[in-house]
Amino acid sequence: MTTEENPRPYPAGMRILGIETSCDETAAAVVVDGHHVLSSVVSSQIDIHARYGGVVPEIASRAHVELLTPVIARSLIEAGIQDDHVDAVAATVGPGLIGALLVGVSAAKTLALVWDVPFIAVNHLEAHLYAALLEDPEIELPVVVLLVSGGHTLLVLMEGHGKYRVLGSTIDDAAGEAFDKVARYLGLGYPGGPAIDAISMEGDPQSVQFPRAMLNEGYDFSFSGLKTSVVNYVRRNPEVHTADVAAAFQEAVVDVLVAKARRAARDHGAKGLCLAGGVAANSLLRERLLDACVTDGLRAFLPSRAMCTDNAAMVAAAGWYRLQSDGPSPLDTGADPNLRLVSTLS
Amino acid sequence: MLIIGIDTATMQVSVAVGGHEGVLASTQSSRGRQHAEVLTPSIEFACKQARIELSEISVVAVDLGPGLFTGLRVGVAAAKAMAYALDVPMIGVPSLDLLAFPVRFTPRLIVATIDARRGELFYAFYRQVPGGIQRISDHQVGSPDDLASELMASGEECLLVGDGAIRYSEVFEGLKKCEIAEEGFAYPNATSLVMLAHAQALREQWVKPWDLQPLYLRKPDAEINWATRPGV
Ligand SMILES: [Zn+2]
Repeated sequence: MTTEENPRPYPAGMRILGIETSCDETAAAVVVDGHHVLSSVVSSQIDIHARYGGVVPEIASRAHVELLTPVIARSLIEAGIQDDHVDAVAATVGPGLIGALLVGVSAAKTLALVWDVPFIAVNHLEAHLYAALLEDPEIELPVVVLLVSGGHTLLVLMEGHGKYRVLGSTIDDAAGEAFDKVARYLGLGYPGGPAIDAISMEGDPQSVQFPRAMLNEGYDFSFSGLKTSVVNYVRRNPEVHTADVAAAFQEAVVDVLVAKARRAARDHGAKGLCLAGGVAANSLLRERLLDACVTDGLRAFLPSRAMCTDNAAMVAAAGWYRLQSDGPSPLDTGADPNLRLVSTLS
Repeated sequence: MLIIGIDTATMQVSVAVGGHEGVLASTQSSRGRQHAEVLTPSIEFACKQARIELSEISVVAVDLGPGLFTGLRVGVAAAKAMAYALDVPMIGVPSLDLLAFPVRFTPRLIVATIDARRGELFYAFYRQVPGGIQRISDHQVGSPDDLASELMASGEECLLVGDGAIRYSEVFEGLKKCEIAEEGFAYPNATSLVMLAHAQALREQWVKPWDLQPLYLRKPDAEINWATRPGV
């Protein structure tokens, strides 16, 4: 740990290579001082997994081994770094698929060893929180972050760098998982998020009133009941338009997400609301969150779509902040598939 | 020419450094599934013991498998990253070759085996040749009984080596003319890897980091289920 009197001497202009392999995106990026993105390369495996209707861990791990070196090479070339190396290497160590994580961690530690630069272990969830800061480094804290993806649904109060409080999370399915399951049931294909987003534009969100689970209680979420309601409704009304069902489902999810995020911001005196994770690319969610921020006088942080989904720029950014606070991670670091978002405060 | 060998395809993690003068340093640890934790410090340690800098390495050799998928990938990912960062070529050597190499001084048929889990073995047949070994079969996946019948049919004197034969020793011990090599030979190791890679490096038989692929020998379950799904 850093001592108060003698902070670690990491000079400005630090170029960090970030590596991300926790799920089905193979990604590498070079970011200077946690916010200036020199390159961000993402190779998505969506096409490989599409026919299985979800990510297959063994197939994902094999693809990471094949894609990682070319992706790293491209990120360095695009960043204009060829003969010279970077100043540190950061990699996602969890949470995620263990076999997939290990590919990135193993490559990252080796690069750090060969280049003789620090290795930084990064929490994937923390990286998502930093995705917004990448595009808006002047963020005024505290902010409430709604992190919604295929694997996670978290409502986080970010009070400072490395200082978070998890206010709520899902008690069953993740928000993105609900999108995938409903899309599969409606025959809209995989991944479900973009499919439902697109078809909902043609549907009437008020055509069906699906339940809003736990809308007014606490900060936790539940989406499995909603999915069951959709299935039951379609069974009883086989003639219904798919677009209407999709739009009504999306409306229900977004209602709950925005209502809770808004309440959390109000209860904790947050200065802004921030979206993160793959579901943050959803058009309706972005629109509603923006409206809520305007009404409540909050700043809205809506990262670009590329920064919402898994990428390595956010890993490099989070790595830079971690390096400042904790210093390098040891080279015997492994991966932790169940890693949680831990605050340095608690 | 300095070669580093990285082997993580089985329960063991092993790293060696060597070249014209033979193997200069090697490490071996069997902490089971902790491959990623052990490998990077092992590389650092082996280089320190060999008194070389990583930048002096001119070829990165790696155990290609078959073996335990997750462990195997830890080594292949590290080796590719290293070869890329050093801008040097790679040499991949199958795990079964690495098992057969240390027992090359027997005139018997050498049967290299690796426990493939799920009641199966990865295996291949080898013969002694001047200066080394030669693989005389494909890499195969099969049950211990499959292999036992093959050995019985051949009627040849053979030496079984590897953790596969040891795990299913009751199947092979009954066979005439078959012997199982002791525990000390049960796992591939990076010392053999550096020696075999050195011979290939002299002939410049190497590949670029992105061309090297692990030898899995088994498709992912999802792919098998997809191909055999009803209605196909
Ligand atoms: Zn993610």
